[in-house]
Amino acid sequence: MNIAAPHRRARSGFVERTLVDINHALEQSIFAERLARQQGLLQGIDARVKVIALLLLLLAVNLSHSLWVIAGLYAAALLLALLSRVPFWAYLKRTWAFTLIFTGIVALPALFITPGPVWVHLPLDIIITQTGGRTALFLLFRTGASVATAVLFVLTTPWNSLLKALGVLHVPDVIILVLGMTYRYIHLLLHTANDMFLSRRSRILKRMTDAEERRLAAATAGTLLAKSLQISSDVYLAMESQGFRGYPRTLETFRMRWSDWCFGMVVVLMSTAAIWLGR
Amino acid sequence: MFLRRIFNNVPRYFILYYAMIAFWLGATAMHIPDGYLSPVTCVVMFLIVLPFWVRGVQKLRQKMNAKNVPLIALLAAFSFVIMMFNVPIPGGTTAHAVGGSLIAVILGPEITTIAVSIALLIQALFFGDGGILAYGANCFNMAVVLPYVSYAIYQAIRGKTDVASKRTVIGAAVGGWVGLTVAAFFAGFEFGIQPMLFHTADGTPLYAPYPLSVSIPAMVIAHALVASVVEALITGLVVAYLQRANRPALEMPKQEQFSPEAGGFAKWRVLLVILAVLVVVTPIGLLAPGTAWGEWGTDELSSLGLSFIPSGMAKLSGLWSAPMPDYNLPALGNANLGYVLSAVVGAIVIAIVVWLFTFLLMRGKSKSAGEVSQKS
Repeated sequence: MNIAAPHRRARSGFVERTLVDINHALEQSIFAERLARQQGLLQGIDARVKVIALLLLLLAVNLSHSLWVIAGLYAAALLLALLSRVPFWAYLKRTWAFTLIFTGIVALPALFITPGPVWVHLPLDIIITQTGGRTALFLLFRTGASVATAVLFVLTTPWNSLLKALGVLHVPDVIILVLGMTYRYIHLLLHTANDMFLSRRSRILKRMTDAEERRLAAATAGTLLAKSLQISSDVYLAMESQGFRGYPRTLETFRMRWSDWCFGMVVVLMSTAAIWLGR
Repeated sequence: MFLRRIFNNVPRYFILYYAMIAFWLGATAMHIPDGYLSPVTCVVMFLIVLPFWVRGVQKLRQKMNAKNVPLIALLAAFSFVIMMFNVPIPGGTTAHAVGGSLIAVILGPEITTIAVSIALLIQALFFGDGGILAYGANCFNMAVVLPYVSYAIYQAIRGKTDVASKRTVIGAAVGGWVGLTVAAFFAGFEFGIQPMLFHTADGTPLYAPYPLSVSIPAMVIAHALVASVVEALITGLVVAYLQRANRPALEMPKQEQFSPEAGGFAKWRVLLVILAVLVVVTPIGLLAPGTAWGEWGTDELSSLGLSFIPSGMAKLSGLWSAPMPDYNLPALGNANLGYVLSAVVGAIVIAIVVWLFTFLLMRGKSKSAGEVSQKS
C-alpha cells in the first residue's frame, strides 16, 4: 500500500511554486553577472554609452511605422548578441518565450476582431483581416525587438556599472544608491524567504488547504516586512558608524575610449536612419 | 438549466478569448512591456509621474535624512520579493500581489511611490518584466495610483480607530482591492487610447490594438476578479498578522511622522480628484467608434454584419431591460450628456454600495467588539 499516495487533484502547492520562483530569480541573477564579465563586443563598451544606445534603439523600434525596419533592428540585436558571445539559443529562447506567450496571447484576438479587408478565410466562417494581421505583427515584432535589445544590453553590463551609468540620465545619486542597496537586499530577502518556506515545508505532513496556505503566505510576508524594517535600522547604524553622511561616493571612474565613441556613433546613425526610414 | 442555456449560446471563441486575456493579466499583473504604448504616451506618462518622484526624493533628502536610505532600499526589496509570492485565491488559481497598498498602509503613499518605482526599475532592467520606455506608465499605475488610492480608502475606512481594530484590517483589504482595480482601469485606458491616436493611413493600429471598449473591461474585470483579490488578501492578512505578531511595525508611521497629516477633507482629496478625473474622462468612450465588446444588443449584432442572431440570444434579449439602456437616458435627448450623467450616477451608486457594505460590516464588528468588552 502506498501511504503517500498523491492527492487526486494533486497540484503543487503555493509553497512549492513560490520556492521555484525564488530559485529561478536567483539563478537568473547569477547568469546575468557571469555573462557581463565575459569577453565580447558589448561587454567592452562604456556603460554610459550603452545606456544611451539602449534608449535610442528602443525609441527607434517603437517609433517605426514599418515592419521591415523593426525586423532589421531585431536582426541587429541578434548580430550584437553573437558578437558579444551571448549563448545564442538560450538568449533566443528567453526573449521569445516571453514575447510569444504573453504578447502572442494578447495579439491573437486582434487577428479576428480588427475590421478590415479579408485576408484569410478559415473554416467555420472565421475571417482573418489584413489590418488585424498587420497590427498583430506590429505588436509581436515591437515587443520582441524591444525585449531582445533590453535583455541583451542588461545581460552584458555588470549591475554596478549600469547603476552608475544611470547618472548620465540625471537620476539623483540618492536613488542610485538606493537602487544598489535594493539589489543586494533582494538577494538577502529572497534567501530569507526561501529559508522560511523551506523550514515550513519540511514540517508539512499533509496537503495544506488554500486558507492555510493564504495564512502562511501572509505570515511569511508579515515577518519579512518586519525583518526588513529591523534590518534597515541596523544597516543605518552600520553605515553611520562607517562615516555615511547621506550622500554616496564611488571609487570607479568612467573613461571614454575610441571604441566607445565608435560604437556610440554607429548606434546614433543606425537609430536615426531607422527612425527616418520607418516614418 | 438556465445558466447552462446562456453558456451554450455564447460563442466558444468568446470564452477562449476572455480566458486568454485573464490568463495573461493574471500572469503579468499589469507590467506593460515595450511595444504596447507609443513613445509619445510613454513620455506623457513619465511627465505625469515626475512630480511624485521629485516629491519623494525631496523628502528622502531633507525631512527624512540619511536614515531612510536603507529603509527605502529594504522596502523596495520587500516589494520586489512580495511580487514573487504566488497566493492561492478562491477558485483554484494563484496570482501575485504588487505589495504597493501594504507598504502604503505602513509608511504612507509618498514613500511607497519611491519604493515601488525602484522595485519596478529593477524588474524592468533585470528581469525584462515591464518595458523600459513604458517604465513611466508602469510607475503611474502601480507606484502612484495604487498606493494613493489604497491609502485614501484605508484612511477613510479606518477613521480614528486604534491600530489593533478590525477596521484597520478591513480598510487595508478594501484599499488594496480598490487601489489595484483603479490602477487596472488606468492601464486599460492607456492601452485603449493607442488605436485611436496611433494608426497607419489605412487604419492599422501601430501599438496595442484594442479600443477602450475592449481594453478597459478586460483589464478591470480580470483584475477585479484575480489580481486585486490577491492584493486585498495580502494587504489585509499581513496587517492582521502584524496586529497579532508585531504591532510596533504597524505603528511606525506615528513614531517617525511618515504619514501626511490627513484629517477631514484632506484624506478624501486624492480619492475625490481621481474620481473626478475618471468621471471627466468617461466621455472619451464616445470617441471610440465601435460598440462595447461582448455587449452587443441583437440590433447591433446585425448592424455589425452578423447575418443571423443566435435564437437563444433573440429569446433572452427581451428578458432584461435596463433603466438606462446604452448608458443613456432617452428622456434627455442628448446622448453625450446622458453618457456623462450615467458616469456620475454610476460613481454615486457604487460609492453608496461600498459605503453601505462597509457600514453594515462595521456595525456587526463593533457590536461584537462591544459585547466582548462588556463581558471582560
